Amino acid sequence: MDKSNKSGAEALIHSLHLEGVDLMFGYPGGAALHIYDAIFNQNYVDHILVRHEQGAVHAADGYARATGKPGVALVTSGPGATNAITGLATAYMDSTPIVVISGQVKSNLIGTDSFQETDMIGVSRPIVKHSFLVQRAEDIPDIVKKAFHIATTGRKGPVVIDIPKDFTDPEYKFEFNYPSEINMRSYNPPEGADTSSIKEAADLIATAKRPVIYSGGGVNQNNASEELTALAKLLNFPVTNTLMGLGAFPGSDPQFMGMLGMHGTYQANMAMHNADLIIAVGARFDDRITNDPKQFALSAKKIHIDVDPASVSKIIHADIPIVGSAKESLTALIEELKCRDLKTNESDISEWNEQIKNWRDAHGLNHSLLEMGAQNGKILPQQVIQSLYKETNGEAFVTSDVGQHQMFAAQYYHFDKPRQWINSGGLGTMGFGLPSAMGVQLAYPESIVSCVTGEGSIQMCIQELSTCLQYGLPIKIINLNNAALGMVKQWQDMQYGGRHSSSTYENSLPDFVALTESYGHVGIKVSKFDELESSMKECISLKDKLVFLDVDVDPNEHVYPMLEAGNAMDHMRLSKDEKTW
Amino acid sequence: MKRVIALLMENQPGALSRVVGLFSQRGYNIETLVVAPTNDATLSRLTMSTEGDEKVVEQITKQLDKLIDVVMVTNLSESEFVERELMLIKFTKDSFPENVFDETNIVSEDNEIINVQVVGTSLELDKLISEIDANNPLEIVRSGSLGISSDEKTLTIEN
Repeated sequence: MDKSNKSGAEALIHSLHLEGVDLMFGYPGGAALHIYDAIFNQNYVDHILVRHEQGAVHAADGYARATGKPGVALVTSGPGATNAITGLATAYMDSTPIVVISGQVKSNLIGTDSFQETDMIGVSRPIVKHSFLVQRAEDIPDIVKKAFHIATTGRKGPVVIDIPKDFTDPEYKFEFNYPSEINMRSYNPPEGADTSSIKEAADLIATAKRPVIYSGGGVNQNNASEELTALAKLLNFPVTNTLMGLGAFPGSDPQFMGMLGMHGTYQANMAMHNADLIIAVGARFDDRITNDPKQFALSAKKIHIDVDPASVSKIIHADIPIVGSAKESLTALIEELKCRDLKTNESDISEWNEQIKNWRDAHGLNHSLLEMGAQNGKILPQQVIQSLYKETNGEAFVTSDVGQHQMFAAQYYHFDKPRQWINSGGLGTMGFGLPSAMGVQLAYPESIVSCVTGEGSIQMCIQELSTCLQYGLPIKIINLNNAALGMVKQWQDMQYGGRHSSSTYENSLPDFVALTESYGHVGIKVSKFDELESSMKECISLKDKLVFLDVDVDPNEHVYPMLEAGNAMDHMRLSKDEKTW
Repeated sequence: MKRVIALLMENQPGALSRVVGLFSQRGYNIETLVVAPTNDATLSRLTMSTEGDEKVVEQITKQLDKLIDVVMVTNLSESEFVERELMLIKFTKDSFPENVFDETNIVSEDNEIINVQVVGTSLELDKLISEIDANNPLEIVRSGSLGISSDEKTLTIEN
């Protein structure tokens, strides 16, 4: 153990190093300057200078989502701290493990409305898993240890460490001891499997006639994708993933029904509505899934596996609650099923799978739109996603912003692997796409990282193009440019008589190609369908360059299917003039 | 139905604000809230009462349990428990209802003012308040409910 004397700032950076952190994102400022000086004097932890603190937190978040390791961001007090808030809320809603360190004014100034003072602990309280206000420099190692432990265990989430400037003072040194283990009497998240109800779960599985496996972000977070896939294959049960759960089960597997919920596929939503057994794993029955909870899957028994006891029976009553790690609990369930030499109702299951195939044939997504060429002279946004899929062999990391482009990417790019699809599902944060892609690209410099975005979202964090130049991040930005806030406009079309209140730009959009080039990157404009595939090929082939592919897409396209609010999951609009009821 | 939840939390800055913040954040309606350090100085005990239904109370206890600073939570109303509240009332001497209170209730008295204290269940205190309404009490102060289970169960931790 390193017992040399260190200042609070040095102790902080050394503690990060001992937690395995080799990369952090941040932005300096007065209250954080001692820490920045300590960063300058060491070689363990690289620091990426972003252009806005929101970008730092999203980048740390993207890094965490892609790698499974905790992401770290460092900001200064006051505006630095408040700029980090959207990033924290984003990570909180999607349960990603990040640690955000904020400088604070000197401890004797706290509460005096001093320059750049904000009560970071108070402001961030409802959107963090936990937070620490450092009270003594000597506490820093212990707090860092606890922060990483809390962020990365149980239901993961963001943790804030707020450090008054005097506790990082280089003049004050103390003996550095990094705790080897942590013991918190008030925090004991479930770790292993919950086997208390495994037998009952297996009984239900054995007799199910119309089962569905419904998995969410928890499976990806818990690295339980292999176990989930093994269970589905063992049983031959159909699988659907939430927006956050995509990639947990191979998207190109015939057993996969596609995403479910608000913009889920017809077959996935119909299967949920008609199921007699729903096996929910690491998913939380949120309102974008269930539609009206009172009408949700009324004939189904529910087995709910989740690490967070508060998520179980929060919205939908769980007949069989299993509160434990998804990975371990699924393993226990598979063991139990194998051990009793399980026979499912094979004829019922194949009849059910046949029914799902019929639904898919009737109203499933058309994955061959690219072959159909231009539609009314325009490029469909879905065709751009299909082109990206084709050109990247389905192997790219795809980050997204929020809106129609996000749904098209989720629907049309088949994610075969967990952690491949990175988006703000819970909070729905426009501006997440580009900075999160930076985190992914830094974690995987050799991989193709594309950011699917729209001309609305990309402008919310477009300043990070400069960061990408500084660190040579060859992100492929695919801009589905419909010259409008597409999802807002879609709702206005459907519910507000087509009154497009503040959802279009009236010719005020920048020339994205020129803008990108002014940042030192490559911009490519696509306005005709015939240029789409060749431009996409060029975009992906420019391996060392950030490319901004600005594609003019049909501005009138809507995302379908779409659940009809206040109803059961079988109430869907399938196109502008088709609905299921 | 009135439900009483009790919890132990780390006695440190910020812990109480997390608990209180959770109520407004999640839209829970809390009627009374009492907090004090326990005989173990590292812990505080917090007792709250609410009118929520069983499902809401289950969510409240689960969400409270998730807070890192919360060591233990119990829904006292799940089994037999004792609930008590303290009330202080101020009367002018002229309007003091002698038939309701006796010497043991009086905690201070001067030429003009009498203060009394009463301990009882919240329901008993509610009743008492309506009984003395005609006497125009100058001020009524209630502590909020405390609770303890009737059986051998305790909300304590082993050190």
